[in-house]
Amino acid sequence: MISRSALRASRGAGRKALALVPLVIGLSLAFAPNAMAACCSVKSGGSPNANSIHSLYDIIFVIAVLVFLTVTGFVVYSVWAFRASKHPVAAQIHGNTRLELGLTAGAFVILVVIAVATFIKLPGIINPPNSDAGAASVLSASLTAPNPPNGNKLTICVTGRQFIWRYTYGADCNKAAWADKLPYSYQEMVVPSGETVDLVIQSSDVIHSWWVPALGGKVDAVPGFTTYAWFKALHANELYHGQCAQLCGRQHAFMTALVKVVTPSQYEAWLKEQATVIGQQNDQVAELRQDLIKQGYLTPSGIF
Amino acid sequence: MSTTDQALRPVPQVLAHEVHKPRETNQWLDWVLTTDHKKIGIMYLVLTFVFFLLGGVEALLMRSQLAVPNNTLISGEHYNELLTLHGTTMIFLFVVPVMAGFGNYFVPLMIGARDMAFPRLNALSFWLLLMGGIVFYASLFWHPPEAGWWSYPPLSSIQYSPSGGQDAWIFLIHLTGISSLVGAINFYVTIVNMRAPGMSWGRMPLFVWSILIYAVLLIIALPVVAAAVTMLLTDRHFGTHWFDPTNHGSPVLWENLFWFFGHPEVYIMILPGFGMISEVLPVFSRKPIFGYKAIAASTIVIAFLATLVWAHHLFTAPMPIVVLGFFMLSSFLIGIPTGVKIFNWTATLWRGSLVMTTSLYWAIGFIIIFLIGGITGIFLAVFPVDWQLNDTYFVVAHFHYVLMGGAVFTIMAGTYYWYPKMTGRLCDERLGKASFWVTFIGFNLTFFVQHALGLSGMPRRIYTYQPGMGWSTYNLISSIGSYILALGILMSMYNFAVSYKKGKISGPDPWKGNTLEWFTTSPPPVNNFDSVPRVRSVEPMRDIRLEVEAQTGVLQKTGGSEQFTRV
Repeated sequence: MISRSALRASRGAGRKALALVPLVIGLSLAFAPNAMAACCSVKSGGSPNANSIHSLYDIIFVIAVLVFLTVTGFVVYSVWAFRASKHPVAAQIHGNTRLELGLTAGAFVILVVIAVATFIKLPGIINPPNSDAGAASVLSASLTAPNPPNGNKLTICVTGRQFIWRYTYGADCNKAAWADKLPYSYQEMVVPSGETVDLVIQSSDVIHSWWVPALGGKVDAVPGFTTYAWFKALHANELYHGQCAQLCGRQHAFMTALVKVVTPSQYEAWLKEQATVIGQQNDQVAELRQDLIKQGYLTPSGIF
Repeated sequence: MSTTDQALRPVPQVLAHEVHKPRETNQWLDWVLTTDHKKIGIMYLVLTFVFFLLGGVEALLMRSQLAVPNNTLISGEHYNELLTLHGTTMIFLFVVPVMAGFGNYFVPLMIGARDMAFPRLNALSFWLLLMGGIVFYASLFWHPPEAGWWSYPPLSSIQYSPSGGQDAWIFLIHLTGISSLVGAINFYVTIVNMRAPGMSWGRMPLFVWSILIYAVLLIIALPVVAAAVTMLLTDRHFGTHWFDPTNHGSPVLWENLFWFFGHPEVYIMILPGFGMISEVLPVFSRKPIFGYKAIAASTIVIAFLATLVWAHHLFTAPMPIVVLGFFMLSSFLIGIPTGVKIFNWTATLWRGSLVMTTSLYWAIGFIIIFLIGGITGIFLAVFPVDWQLNDTYFVVAHFHYVLMGGAVFTIMAGTYYWYPKMTGRLCDERLGKASFWVTFIGFNLTFFVQHALGLSGMPRRIYTYQPGMGWSTYNLISSIGSYILALGILMSMYNFAVSYKKGKISGPDPWKGNTLEWFTTSPPPVNNFDSVPRVRSVEPMRDIRLEVEAQTGVLQKTGGSEQFTRV
């Protein structure tokens, strides 16, 4: 049993503790930006759309923390103050229509604020900006290919299959990839900085989901559909990690993606080299095929 | 504080008696052949709690695999099987049917009826559920399904999932679906037709309201998933191409059909829990529920909106922006009636006289946990933010806060509240409270850090990960938390098992409840009631106590803390 004076003292301490609450909230809000970057916000920094999503997230986060603290405060206070031992007679209240309507309106206003914030941020997330001067960019779940205002963009086709991503570089990559002998790479995508990159996303087997967190949101790669995304890498000499986000089979965990950002001139050089390497290897395969046909292991139409 | 003393006090009330001595037969045959809603309810509860433990073991295996990077405890194949089993078990074999179990036992009692409207259909519901469970779990002996509880084609098609496990999953959906559908029709007919004299819609207990809406949502949603899985079955075996992209079929069609069922399913799972909380809070606050009409109305509004938000599961799928905008706003709207409920529950506590029973602990824990789940839901409803968060551990954290809070915590609150009615004995309150704290701490350790995991880029459903991604510490904390969580749940299961024989005798009305189930003996006789009182308010038992008080001049223990004397 606690003595009465001790009880009074603890109540006094409780009031003081209650007075500390606004201080704690204020301090935590002041330090929030630093702490949030570490653990509590979405990844960003690689591309303007990712940055816009990040700032939108932060707006919602602040509102969410305030709502949580308010409601939890009421619940915790009720449990503390209205225990039967402290508060033996319950007030027989049946309701309060005006309060009810007021709080409903309050909730509605909060949601309107978030909706407005979303629609203000939305253009910066779905519409790609122009590429930097002397350069060419693209992430959103739009059905139509995103286009920067001046139309200068680099198109890369992203094809998902169990359990690797294939990238084909160049315009019309999803139509003329083989005929035009466009350069391609697997798993690691190389892109120039400062250019708006338009991603044309497809899948050749099951549903995958393209996602590089620092470069913006994810977009599903659905067989039979073409989806689009964009990004504009802000910094050269960066390597961004991404991963397939939709369960695609037993090795889903290993369907990773890397995006290597280089300067535009390095990109040109890499593209040329990649084309050369692919050409050489194609020649080697053709040679091997001829050998196999000569030795009778393979028919001229390519059947074993 | 002891809550058991009052059991010994005289409770002046009209009690029901056994109409006849039950015939002596084989005990087990009585259970198999029974059409008594209470026995069926008990069978539902026991069976679903078994599935709950199975689903929990599957979850622990997954958390063990993810505790450290590059773990080789479980292969990718088995991990996918486990995540499919876990999700499917928890949804189709635990949460949905456990609510049917509570509904079965308590809806007739709360509305003053002697049984459900169709007792034999009721038995059919239960046995179909058991069949579904057997068909599904039998696949363990061959090859369990690996395409997830959402089973998106083409991964679930014959080409990528050739094993019969996927077909076992389809039959599970069919069997549990028919079980729930038959049960839902039964609930609807019972509630509409069999209420006690005087129990108008405005005097119906809020739990009964929530089961009514649960039934309506099941009737709306289940035929859609039944059609979808039948289409998947014919795709797999009879050469149709509904979802086959190589023959002009559309995987996105499946996504829409599945989530048109799947999102109402979320509310099917949590609305009855909301109902239980709306029963538990006023009883232990010694106060009428705050805003009865608002809570009942918000249940209806949630049900209506629940059918208009499904595509927020498809924000990353090929869909035009205008559709995404619509589903963002509709998902926002559903936050309003949910907020109304949270507000009314908080206001019910406000200026009450809180009797801190185990049941109330779980109910208050539910409010906090569900609040977090509701708030993170707003993040996910904002589609550009969802593009970052969808299919990450943030979503895993979100829906476990919603479903563990909205279903498991409410089920615990309900079980501790109604256990005396079902068994005639009280649970151990101290063990119950200890179980609550262990579960609450373990739950938050497990799932709170998963928000951070998702934000730092860890996708769902991966069976392992590399070190150096910034995920290792969070994963270890989460895995340790899951074991604490499991311990907490086991403590309650042990409590329920032991109290069945050893708990203190509860008497008919240990909590001084408000609703009619407390009018009869614990456990109730086969016929439930000898006579059903005329209902004049939402709290008929309170009225009866006041009436007895007026007629006898003996003060009835109705409110305040006096009946829960401090030890």
